[in-house]
Amino acid sequence: MNKPRSKTTAEARKDKVEKALSSLGDKVYQDLDSGRFPSVTFASRSVRNIVYDRKLEQFILGSAQVKRAAGNIKHIRPFTQLLWLAYFSNKLVHEKRTSTLRDVYYSAQAFDVEFMDQAESDELITDLEVLLESAREEFNVFPEERSAIFGNLTVEYTVRGYEGKTLDLSSHPDGMMIGPALTTAEFKDTDADIVIAIEKGGLFTRFIEEKVHERYKAILVNTAGQPPRSTRFLLRRLHEELKLPIGILCDADPWGAHIAMVIKSGSAGAAHLRDLTTPSGVWLGVWASDIVKYKLPSDPLTEIDIKRLYELKADPRYKDKMWHGELDTFLKIKKKSEQEAFSRYGLSYIVDKYLPEKLQLLKSY
Amino acid sequence: MGVRELVENSLDAAELAGILPDVYVRIVANEASPENTEPRAYRLSVADNGPGVDPHQVPRAFGKVFYGSKYVLRQSRGMFGLGGTMAILYGQITTNKPVKITTSTDGKSRHVFEMLIDISENKPIIVRKDVEDAMGKTGTRVDLVMEGDFTRSAQKINDYFKQTALVGSYANLTFVDPIGRISTYERATEAMPPTPKETLPHPYGIDVEALKRMIKITDEKNMVNFMANKHFHRVGDTIAKKFLTFAGIDWRVAPEKLTNEQIVRIVDALQRFPDFLPPDASCLSPVGEQILQTGIIKELAPEFSTVVLRPPSSYSGFPFLVEVGLVYGGKVLEPGRKLFRFANRIPLLYDESSDVSFQVINEQIDWRRYHVPDEAPIAVITHIASTKIPYKTVGKEYIADRPEIEAEIKNAVRESLRRLSVFLSKKGSMEAVQRKMNIYGKYLPLLAKFSTELAGKKREPRYKQLLKDEEEAATEAQPEVTAEEGEKTDGEKIIEQTTIEDYR
Repeated sequence: MNKPRSKTTAEARKDKVEKALSSLGDKVYQDLDSGRFPSVTFASRSVRNIVYDRKLEQFILGSAQVKRAAGNIKHIRPFTQLLWLAYFSNKLVHEKRTSTLRDVYYSAQAFDVEFMDQAESDELITDLEVLLESAREEFNVFPEERSAIFGNLTVEYTVRGYEGKTLDLSSHPDGMMIGPALTTAEFKDTDADIVIAIEKGGLFTRFIEEKVHERYKAILVNTAGQPPRSTRFLLRRLHEELKLPIGILCDADPWGAHIAMVIKSGSAGAAHLRDLTTPSGVWLGVWASDIVKYKLPSDPLTEIDIKRLYELKADPRYKDKMWHGELDTFLKIKKKSEQEAFSRYGLSYIVDKYLPEKLQLLKSY
Repeated sequence: MGVRELVENSLDAAELAGILPDVYVRIVANEASPENTEPRAYRLSVADNGPGVDPHQVPRAFGKVFYGSKYVLRQSRGMFGLGGTMAILYGQITTNKPVKITTSTDGKSRHVFEMLIDISENKPIIVRKDVEDAMGKTGTRVDLVMEGDFTRSAQKINDYFKQTALVGSYANLTFVDPIGRISTYERATEAMPPTPKETLPHPYGIDVEALKRMIKITDEKNMVNFMANKHFHRVGDTIAKKFLTFAGIDWRVAPEKLTNEQIVRIVDALQRFPDFLPPDASCLSPVGEQILQTGIIKELAPEFSTVVLRPPSSYSGFPFLVEVGLVYGGKVLEPGRKLFRFANRIPLLYDESSDVSFQVINEQIDWRRYHVPDEAPIAVITHIASTKIPYKTVGKEYIADRPEIEAEIKNAVRESLRRLSVFLSKKGSMEAVQRKMNIYGKYLPLLAKFSTELAGKKREPRYKQLLKDEEEAATEAQPEVTAEEGEKTDGEKIIEQTTIEDYR
């Protein structure tokens, strides 16, 4: 049984965010008090400033900086909105409350800093992430939940009202929703050896029914399509804190492949954040070559699929030989398959035959 | 409707006598004509406080067409003195009712004439004559019955009074319409424009017919004296002799002895002779900046207005000058450009788009250059004063595009626009400062509040000083706007202007 590496990881992250928030407040306060217009400087998120870092295996922001100055009449409104966000997040963190992107948009209206639309408030939340160098989940702003987790893992909540309470994540057969409470919970106890992230709810349920968590000592995560950041963050924590290898299972098409890639290497949109990627994650399948190997029922690639494949081929994240080879195979066979395609060989085939072969890939870690 | 002709006569009469004009106009539907039909008979009454008309002159002045043929020129409203008579004649033709003239020159006795015009004989027929007590008031009142369509004319009549008040801010005008609604335009200044002086015709403006008429009435015995003495404007002995030599006419010949061929030769030479002096403009009477500004403020209550008076100039031997008023914003003007045209202080109400002023402001001026938006509430007032207004048609409603007049209007409008542009940019930067301060005023307190909380402080930072400093800096940093902004006149030639003083 693996021991959680650190009991205070969640605490440490909370401290870091609180410190960043209060130092931002300090700076603005000092400027105002000494008769200066405050300003903040942070990395630019413009497309030209997003570069791929080979060492980190993810997109990062380059050296270009942007300055938001309250003295600039065009900046003072977004500057104030940014500071309000900091103020609002600070309250969330201190009061151990959580909020959603939509919530934030509406909350602003009570403070006279209303946003024109949610896109504007989302944009500024991202600015604050860059400024604080923390994901919004760390200052308690979460997306709508849709991912789920299941397995032999006991967590201890840190959210208000549940501090110290524990939960066994195998206690509910539908899985537990990955929300603010789970994302910020401390990992207490587990006997799992691996984590399998699955693109679709159907297969996730099948795996639970087939007791994959017991047979392969696996924690199962339903990413529900492209995983939300909180899920990517949780996957990374499972890997970092519990030292569990992460395997990713998705549909055999460019979109499925990219789900695996985003878990591994992140997205350009989150180039300013570091704790969302799991570079050692392994794309278990379903590969293009699996379609051939397992003679899976398939559909022809659409024009959009093909266009997407060419885009991915040009993407620096796909430079790896294996990944590149699979993209080429897609283009060669011009076919795609879903995870469910294995059902042609019986409902448990994927768990009994396919999965053990694929899990060999995780052994190398 | 005849309103204009009679009102203009009244204004001219009072002004020539140096009296601040009070003019009362009333239109009443004639009881005899059936109701609710148009056109119908109306009684039009126009009364003034002018000097009155000598009772001996009344029958001829009001009852004869072409009374007082002129051999002198003067800037006046009335069109060759005909306007009033034409209105009377029109009334008589449409209703066959006599006109009633009541006039007093001394304020003691008041002479009443009721008369008709014998059209075939062109002479007045007195129907009734009377003397009453004038009760201390001088002036003239004309009552006539005429057929008209008031419903259709109402708008133009109202426009006429409004615009007359614009350039005649020294007059009291009262108008009572057939429904009994009273419009009053009150005097806002005691200043009156100077009385225009009479002047002789300039040689450039003489045609064959005019020369023949002059020869008929002259008592000069030779051509030098005829040219030099009392018939032509600014022609003396020296110039007369030089001209006659130029035209090839014997100095000593008597005017009445000239042959037709010689007369044509003279008229032709008048046009070509290079040494005539330019016409003297002292006979012109502009409305003047004060009177026009007073009228503008009174009638349009604007946010900004300016008046540009151009120095006199001339076309074809006729002196003229151009005044332009530019009005922006305020309570009365609506978005868009409005043009008010005046010729010798008469509002021109019809055929606007054919007028030279319309062409200039809509086609020759680049408004964007002055940063004036198309939808800005703007009124342009153009006044052309001349001893002879170059109307394009006999209707006398719009002015021809004489290049000399066009250039003057263009210059005046441009100058006024430069002034507006300066005003607008000052206003713009004032507003920008205000907007800026409003924004700071809204957000700085919020920044103070949020940062206090974030930093965990007790008291708010002293941001108010920042707000104050910023306001001072912004107000001081008002950019100086130069009048020349954006104005590089392409293809506009700067015409050397001679002022009135230079001519004297």
